[in-house]
Amino acid sequence: MLNSYRFRRYKNKLFFALCLACVIIAIVPLVSILVETVVRGASQINLHFLTANVLQGGIGPSIQGTLIIIGLTSAIGIPIGIFSGIYLAEYGNNKYASNIRVINNVLTQVPSIIVGMTAFGIIILYVTRTYSPFAGAVALSFMLIPIVARTTEESLKLVPNSVREASLALGVHKWRTTLNVVLPASKSGLVTGTLLGVARIAGETAPLLFTILGSSFFFQGFNAPMDALPLRIFLNSRMNTAEEQAAAWGAALILILIVLALNIIVRVASRGRNFRWTING
Amino acid sequence: MDKNMKMQSINLNAWFGLKQALKDVNIAIKPNAVTAIIGPSGCGKSTFIRILNRMHELIPNAKLTGQVLLDGEDIYAKDVDPVMIRRRVGMVFQKPNPFPTMSIYDNVAAGLKLTGAKKGRNLDEIVKASLERATLWDEVKDDLKKPGTSISGGQQQRLCIARAIALQPEVILMDEPCSALDPIATAKIEQLVVELKQDYTVVIVTHNMQQASRVSDFTAFMYLGSLIEFGPTRDIFESPKNPLTEKYITGEFG
Repeated sequence: MLNSYRFRRYKNKLFFALCLACVIIAIVPLVSILVETVVRGASQINLHFLTANVLQGGIGPSIQGTLIIIGLTSAIGIPIGIFSGIYLAEYGNNKYASNIRVINNVLTQVPSIIVGMTAFGIIILYVTRTYSPFAGAVALSFMLIPIVARTTEESLKLVPNSVREASLALGVHKWRTTLNVVLPASKSGLVTGTLLGVARIAGETAPLLFTILGSSFFFQGFNAPMDALPLRIFLNSRMNTAEEQAAAWGAALILILIVLALNIIVRVASRGRNFRWTING
Repeated sequence: MDKNMKMQSINLNAWFGLKQALKDVNIAIKPNAVTAIIGPSGCGKSTFIRILNRMHELIPNAKLTGQVLLDGEDIYAKDVDPVMIRRRVGMVFQKPNPFPTMSIYDNVAAGLKLTGAKKGRNLDEIVKASLERATLWDEVKDDLKKPGTSISGGQQQRLCIARAIALQPEVILMDEPCSALDPIATAKIEQLVVELKQDYTVVIVTHNMQQASRVSDFTAFMYLGSLIEFGPTRDIFESPKNPLTEKYITGEFG
């Protein structure tokens, strides 16, 4: 009896040790990426580096481009994603919706390089006829929409039916019930999921290679190439001089900081806004 | 069809998918009276009450045949908008369900705001009058900005009643409104139900026979989807005609 008890305690510890070891294996590369980026990138960062154009040794155009592309992509992708999610959650009790749901899930997994090629084949060849920030935003929207749609659907489904019924029983139309009662009740989940989606596409490189190409200069209009941080990292890391390669590390650090900032906003936005669906007393 | 009746179901049958939930139910609901629907779980009483304001059809696969008249007009006629019926026939649910994102004030005002009925009317006055009517005003008048979910369960249920009253419906349906409440909160709601019949027609579903005998003027006993007996509450409880009703009333099953 005693032996078997000891053996079980031993197994217990072994299991814990195994989990701990795996966590360490998972964390080491993450930490090393962060440390390496900070160590190599921090020395690059100064006002000139952040504001000058690429030819002058700065990454100003890349930061500007990334902010523009995030803004444009959000403007296109978030509304379409949210309304798609509303359709799936509130009107999605049919065959079409379950097919759309499957397609949507596949879309969230599509390799980004294929998204880039598709945007090139559709938007650039037939619509803009040139490299364009608009085409880049459309490409990234292809990636953002399914993420936002799924997040929205999942958040809306967490709202109990009793809340919908309460509104409908007052003689409120379904669309107003959805917009004024259900959507606010799922706000924290919606904001969190959407911002995490934006953070995810902020670092995408392949779709931008095909659509905005990269540029040494600040924004030059919607019919011209533009720069972005992930592109700048990619392009500079393949250049010859040490200065140019060092600039890639600086750009990497700025990109990580932007993604980090989005994550912090998520934390703050979702704090304490989760409603409890229980009855008091 | 009886012109003196507020609502009337005629040969009402209802299904969920292939399962029949109501069988040929004929009930006439008198204005300014409380009609109670009693019966064991699964007898179709909730289904029946949800048919009265067209909430039944929100459930996937729900079907029905027959007629439901409101002031003599069929609420299931083709050109009738369910939304308009629900404005005339309000509902209070089993579990208190105030809007979680709204304050106490906004919960009461929600119906008026979201249906666009508030135009040219004093919202503050309506909110106060509705809360007074629901005997909740004195308890929450200093906390109108607090979330509707911050008050006790019994208060939440009276808030839901105030929310329904604010739209000035003609009929108020209550689907086991006290089943999630303690005895004191239940007593308050029961007292309120009796008061409400001055201005409204009330239909209340309950699994609590004592409650039905305390608050209602008429009682319908349902069993396995059929209406077994319907009449003045006193008759149903003191001299039931159907042996099944008597068995249920005396607690032999249920």
